[in-house]
Amino acid sequence: MKTTEEIFTILKNNFGDAILELVTSQPVEHFIKVNPIEINKVCLFLRENEELLFDSLMNLSGVDDANGQKSADEDGTQIISGGTLSVFYHLESTKLRHKLTLKVSTDREKPEVASVESTWRHADWHEREAYDLLGIIFLNHPDLRRILMPYDWDAGYPLRKDYKNPEFYQGMKVPY
Amino acid sequence: MSITIEKNKAERKPGLRTEEMVLNMGPQHPSTHGVLRLELELEGEIIINAIPHIGYLHRCFEKHAEAMNYSQVIPYTDRMDYLASMYNEFGYAIAVEKLLGIQVPERVEYIRVIMGELQRIASHLVALGTYAVDIGAFTPFLFCFRDREKILSLFEQTCGARLLYNYIWVGGLSHDLHPDFVNQTNEFIKYFRPKIKELNDLLTKNKIFIDRTANVGVLPLDVAINYGISGPNLRGSGFKWDIRKDDPYSVYNKFDFDIPVGEGLMGKVGDCWDRYYVRILEMEESLKIIEQAVNNLPEGDVTSAIPKRIKPPVGQVYSRVENPRGELGYFIISDGSINPFRVKVKGPSFVHLGVLNEILKGHMIADVIAILGSIDIVLGEVDR
Repeated sequence: MKTTEEIFTILKNNFGDAILELVTSQPVEHFIKVNPIEINKVCLFLRENEELLFDSLMNLSGVDDANGQKSADEDGTQIISGGTLSVFYHLESTKLRHKLTLKVSTDREKPEVASVESTWRHADWHEREAYDLLGIIFLNHPDLRRILMPYDWDAGYPLRKDYKNPEFYQGMKVPY
Repeated sequence: MSITIEKNKAERKPGLRTEEMVLNMGPQHPSTHGVLRLELELEGEIIINAIPHIGYLHRCFEKHAEAMNYSQVIPYTDRMDYLASMYNEFGYAIAVEKLLGIQVPERVEYIRVIMGELQRIASHLVALGTYAVDIGAFTPFLFCFRDREKILSLFEQTCGARLLYNYIWVGGLSHDLHPDFVNQTNEFIKYFRPKIKELNDLLTKNKIFIDRTANVGVLPLDVAINYGISGPNLRGSGFKWDIRKDDPYSVYNKFDFDIPVGEGLMGKVGDCWDRYYVRILEMEESLKIIEQAVNNLPEGDVTSAIPKRIKPPVGQVYSRVENPRGELGYFIISDGSINPFRVKVKGPSFVHLGVLNEILKGHMIADVIAILGSIDIVLGEVDR
């Protein structure tokens, strides 16, 4: 069993600058921030390394950090420009019984994160969900399609904080 | 009855032209247990690819949750996995309590465990009963629903609702148990134990049922872990992993119970029959837990620890519980206000549906029903 601090040291020794920082300011959960383009290599290492053996991805969640420039539309809806979108990875080793949380943050205007689908197939649908609801592009994902929303949805990404309910969907008026 | 595609291709007569066919199964199909569309690519009767299309019930629970305060989210969690509402509330309450850093009274924990395990039995009864109907046996379905009714009556007397309870709140419960609850639960346990044997005689050991399920839809353990499979489906593949034991929450470490795993009694480890049988065995284990909890119920007030205003400090938590279907995880981010900043649900049904293509390949089209039923999904949770 290893703590997040020990894993941070191991990762820092192996990946250097791709491992950004260890965040311990929050009361419940500590996490490691990683470069979004290098996350697939880090994850593969975490799964294969004999001291770590993170064979299971518990959860993958996309988040809109809403930390950009906020302004209001003419009808009062919020618009956010700049800032970041984040993805959280919750990993677990069923053999060594330790857990780890990773975070990557990517530019909101060009949200690109490397896919970890080849490491854990579990990530496949979760990445599709994050793409569907937040618009995060997962590089090298084999099948990045919408999953929960209709395939022809064109009114934006619902889980973004400045999402506005559309008046029309494919030319049909949407009643509220 | 798995036939590999290669073998089939080799047996094909030369010069005979065949082509693949695409068949849509669903969204309105009785054995998809909800609105699920499967796009099946077939070669004759053999499946070479199965693509699930989901989202027909999508109402974006996660977006709703951001616009409400923490306690208003609870009725929404009920509506995800509507066959295991108690457990959804249970998981959510635990996650928010971790964020808040509060302890709940022991009586509350015991009642939550009793309700959770009763819910597990009720949910498994639906899973087993509808599975029997899918395979073609109608009577076990009626038996299962008859027994489930007794559990729903217990719930109804406790909190007034039969399916969507809003009973487990952050920090406590909405009501205490009614005075006759312990008695009635003990009576139910006495009534239900022989019924499991009855179900075994009627269905589990039935030759036709075994022929339909044994050696069908084998899910190897390494594939299961890689796909994030949990709950009875993972245990059916022979891995002793249960969050109640391996990452204990609430008061589960005070009870004595076993974790049944699939042993390949009728065929290979991890086939449909194993997944089915793990659920049967789990019901007995749940009865054990309920029996211990009901008869050692501590005294106390169930509403004393409910916070007046839920305003967790800035932070995040991933908290998981062993839902009847598997690992139900809540990832909650708090920005210090009274509304959650982000709630992400990792629903077991969503995850399990992802592995469907992997185990369907190479099977006959009639086995789709047997395999889909054995992984026991609830579309309300897949789509959220």
